[in-house]
Amino acid sequence: MAEKKLTFEQSMARLEEIVSLLERGEAPLEDALALFEEGTGLMKKCSAMLDKAEQKVLKLTAAPDGTPEASALDGEG
Amino acid sequence: MRNDTVYSVTQVNQHIKDLLDSDGALSGVLVRGELSNYKMYPSGHHYFSMKDEGGAIRCVMFRREASALRFRPENGMKVVAFGRVTVFPRDGQYQLYVNELTPDGVGDLHVAFEQLKAKLFAQGLFDQGHKKPIPRFPLRIALVTSPAGAAVRDMLRILSARWPMAEVAVVPVRVQGAEAPEEIAAALGWVNRNRLADLIITGRGGGSMEDLWAFNEEIVARAIYASRIPVISAVGHEPDVTIADFVADLRAATPSNAAELAVPDRNDVYGRLSQLSVRMGQAASRRLNEARGKLERLSGSRALQDPMNVIQDRRVLLDYQRARLADRLERTLGRERQQFARLAAALDAMSPLKVLARGYAIPRDSTGAVVRSVKSVSPGDRLELRVSDGSIDVTVNAPERSTDRNGRKKIDL
Repeated sequence: MAEKKLTFEQSMARLEEIVSLLERGEAPLEDALALFEEGTGLMKKCSAMLDKAEQKVLKLTAAPDGTPEASALDGEG
Repeated sequence: MRNDTVYSVTQVNQHIKDLLDSDGALSGVLVRGELSNYKMYPSGHHYFSMKDEGGAIRCVMFRREASALRFRPENGMKVVAFGRVTVFPRDGQYQLYVNELTPDGVGDLHVAFEQLKAKLFAQGLFDQGHKKPIPRFPLRIALVTSPAGAAVRDMLRILSARWPMAEVAVVPVRVQGAEAPEEIAAALGWVNRNRLADLIITGRGGGSMEDLWAFNEEIVARAIYASRIPVISAVGHEPDVTIADFVADLRAATPSNAAELAVPDRNDVYGRLSQLSVRMGQAASRRLNEARGKLERLSGSRALQDPMNVIQDRRVLLDYQRARLADRLERTLGRERQQFARLAAALDAMSPLKVLARGYAIPRDSTGAVVRSVKSVSPGDRLELRVSDGSIDVTVNAPERSTDRNGRKKIDL
């Protein structure tokens, strides 16, 4: 599903869109159900992303040729 | 008494020069006055006068000293110059050879600050229209700052507490000293070129105006302005304002404040999600009630009475399921979704079109009336058969009252 590729921001935006579409109440029932289902999926996905999140911290420095090199941040606490 | 010795011009000038040069008071003198007739030559040397109510003195500042100026001297500016007074023999003019020039009353850094601010403002670097929005949920934040010190620790702590979803990349630079401005500007450009983040925070902890000076340098201001990635400036304490703050897309009072402005609080987002969840449940519920009302109107239509009989029983089931749905809607979202899907299937099965899809057809005569009996048609009548995906135009061949359960009519297609 294309949904999987959405970033958190896109998921939230789509979710907000779905809620306002449903609240407008103009969608045919079939579409409304599909929206509801999509919205429910997005909501689960967003919650799961929030639940699982663990901050990644790294240090980025430039190699002599300018390419980025990642390493652990010293003395990070 | 007249001395008859004749001296050359050069000798006289040289004599005066020797007199002045031997006077210790003139070899290292501080002079206060107002700048006038200020000229910067292509050679890099500056020529000007300093004056007060009583007079004027010619001054020169050579390229080396002039290039160390932190502010741009302007006519009318009150200054204090340090230098030595001597004669330039070719012109026979004495002048002040200036080593250092500082604004009188305020520090040169203050003047430099105001001057750069005015210059960059005039060039549009502070325009609101150029400011980029800060992403709502940044994916990767680059901290262009010193990897040591309280500032970076504060930022990391707050970012991780509020929004652990974002990756944080510390891009180490010196934030103080002669190399700092170039390093900061280079790092900003590098992060942009390599698309290393979707948000940049640059800054440092508190200190004196000298300590914070890198963030008042033009090269840093221009790098911030050129950044395609939004930049939050985070320099010093609350009252410290730097040029970087004016150019940045968003100014934070402190590094900690920058971390707060950069990301949302996870708890607020949970709150937003549950708010959306409630609204979505309510909207879906409302929509379902509408659909049910519509279904009831359809079921009352005589044209569909027969097919509807088939599903009358299910109505009870539907009500049951609706009740359960309403109940579950108030509980977890996952349950809500399942219930809804089940109900959706039930509703779908009850749709008149679905009934037709199972092989039923609704015959109508030329007036559009539904044909319920063989008695209402004669051979040769044209009827329209409404089936699930359209209608069929048929001609009656032999209406025949049947005794079998199927009650079939023969038709010619």
